[in-house]
Amino acid sequence: MIYKMPSLGADMESGILAEWKVKEGDRLKKGDVIADIETSKGIIEAEIYEDGTVEKIVGKEGTEYPVGTPLAVVRTEKDDDETIRKELAEVEAAAGGEAPKEEGAAETVFPSSEKEEQTASAPKSAAEEIFGAIAETKDEAVQEVGRIRATPLARKRARELGIDLKELAKRVRGKISARDVEEVARQLFKPGAAKPDAMRMAIAAAMSRSNAEIPHYYLSTPIDMTSALSWLRDLNAKRSIKDRILPAALMIRAVVEALKEVPELNGFWKEGPVPSEAIHPGIAIARREGGLITPAMIDAHKMNLDETMQALSDLITRTRGGKLTSSQMTEQTVTITNLGDLGVEKVFGVIYPPQVALIGFGRIMERPWAVGDAIAVRKVVEASIAGDHRATDGRTGALFLAKLDKILQNPEELL
Amino acid sequence: MKKEITYREAVRIAIDTAMEKDERVFLAGEDVGRYGGSYAVSMGLLEKYGSERIVDTPLCESGFTGMGIGAAMNGMRPIVEIMTCNFSLLALDQIVNNAAHLLHMSGGQFNVPLVIRMATGAGKQLAAQHSHSFEGWYAHIPGIKVLTPATVQDAHDMVGLALDDPDPVLIFENALLYNRKGPFDSAAKPLPIGKAKVMREGNNLSIFAYGINLFKALDAAEELAKEGIEAEVVDLRSLRPLDDETIVASVAKTHRVLIVDEGWRSGSISAEIMARINEKAFYELDAPMARVCTEEVPIPYPRHLEEAAIPSAEKVAAAVRTLMKEA
Repeated sequence: MIYKMPSLGADMESGILAEWKVKEGDRLKKGDVIADIETSKGIIEAEIYEDGTVEKIVGKEGTEYPVGTPLAVVRTEKDDDETIRKELAEVEAAAGGEAPKEEGAAETVFPSSEKEEQTASAPKSAAEEIFGAIAETKDEAVQEVGRIRATPLARKRARELGIDLKELAKRVRGKISARDVEEVARQLFKPGAAKPDAMRMAIAAAMSRSNAEIPHYYLSTPIDMTSALSWLRDLNAKRSIKDRILPAALMIRAVVEALKEVPELNGFWKEGPVPSEAIHPGIAIARREGGLITPAMIDAHKMNLDETMQALSDLITRTRGGKLTSSQMTEQTVTITNLGDLGVEKVFGVIYPPQVALIGFGRIMERPWAVGDAIAVRKVVEASIAGDHRATDGRTGALFLAKLDKILQNPEELL
Repeated sequence: MKKEITYREAVRIAIDTAMEKDERVFLAGEDVGRYGGSYAVSMGLLEKYGSERIVDTPLCESGFTGMGIGAAMNGMRPIVEIMTCNFSLLALDQIVNNAAHLLHMSGGQFNVPLVIRMATGAGKQLAAQHSHSFEGWYAHIPGIKVLTPATVQDAHDMVGLALDDPDPVLIFENALLYNRKGPFDSAAKPLPIGKAKVMREGNNLSIFAYGINLFKALDAAEELAKEGIEAEVVDLRSLRPLDDETIVASVAKTHRVLIVDEGWRSGSISAEIMARINEKAFYELDAPMARVCTEEVPIPYPRHLEEAAIPSAEKVAAAVRTLMKEA
């Protein structure tokens, strides 16, 4: 019988073999503890479910193994010599197929690969899933990277998609082609498939590129939300709970209206400004499993307030359920981020290339505010814009914020 | 009018039509008159137009090509036929030092509206002195245009286009094409000089070819399609000027390049095309460019060695398979 990394809970994908409680040759009875397995829930004593003798141990203490990885061969009553010989061969093959654990840059980018020892038959880690398709046809081994051998098109695609060729080069033997790059990008951006580390890598690449390439300007202005919020409260009071509208939808709707009047901020920079007629704002949404995703609200410019609210709920549901469509993943023309729920006052974002603007909202705060000659306590939100200075000037950004303010003072027009 | 005719007939119709239309047009060359042309292109024209317009010349390429240049400079519209481009080297001084450069050297005073037609290519067991492909060499020379009609329609249309051109135009007719039949529309509007044509659409790679190798490329593409490789096949049509725009557009679509050229690879037109793609479309490439050229030997006489020396549909298909495995 091959003793495999047990599944100690439905959500367990792997466990650390903390300590063998047996050695080769030990006789075990059903219920004996064979090893201590460390999971996210703590150290669990793993029992054996049949009587037998420990024939061979291959799993190493202190190493993390995916569920189902062969760890040892135990001879039970049912096993004849032939079975045991086969099992030993299988277990040794699996152990021999273990990729040598390398300390190095690959693991700083893919933290999970540090923990997950790879075996030939084992389920793959996030990094391996991403690179697996390529590695299968090329070479499994992580290699030293000297000069990167990538085709010109691969370099171009990598630049466009924000993929780090150096990381890819460690996994691909021979030349990197555009297909390799696109495969990685597809895996990275596939909803639900990307684990936080892969997502972190994608975000890291895009943001590094953004900061390196885009000269940003930042502007912010406080907007009095008091009347907008009280209008919204009155509106919601008349509605059933499921038809109620969140302030976030109102703000998105206002941003879209303002963008209609300042279209230079909606679109791309591709060796020159390329404004987009359609407005598909990317809405920053936190994922339950970590990481942030900014799916596009497609055709927001054609929506009224109710439709915007429905679209927002739909986006949140889809993001959290990992069911975004490919257009929602790729067609953002501008980004809106709202970090208000975390209590920050102002957001100064980093533009997602090749977009040319990012609009941020902080927390709606009660503030002393001059109304006429008096001081009043008003609900105020800090709206900000990060603009690509190649595409527009601060004046355009200022104009946008002024429009946004004006629109939010007349919320009924947003219906 | 639309019909199927041979390449030979298409050239003859074009010369006949041009001579009927414009009495300044005449044809000169070895055996073009009484013998009807070594490839029977001018058969029957002597009877129709007489020996003043269908001129049999002595074996002296330099002499009759020079005569053509003089006649062109003096207002005539000569078509000079050279039996094979191998012999055109005897007239190289006239073609390069005179025809190509007189406009420049006369400060723009003298155009040389000369058309030179010659047979090119191997495959007829005519051995080294009758089988070479020098169109790539001529494409090196500023001042002349180099056309390589592959289709029956182009074989016809390019004669007219060349005669309409105020400068020297060289037309390279692959000798194996003369018997080939193809659709011909006498009323079709000719595609201008300097335009390449996509003959088959595909997304996986671009095959650039001209002359008879266009058909080898198309045959290979048919075979490859069965394996799921969709090759785009582009007929270059004109080697000078080259249609960079069409070439780059195709590369930008497929990202892989194979060039089929019956010239020797060193210093060939295929080398020039590669250089241009490198200059203009480097970042579209997803694999090293490849080419199928003639082996760097004088074309052998024995059939099996001749076939081994020149491009074939099989060689094209094999090169494509290798290319698709690249990168």
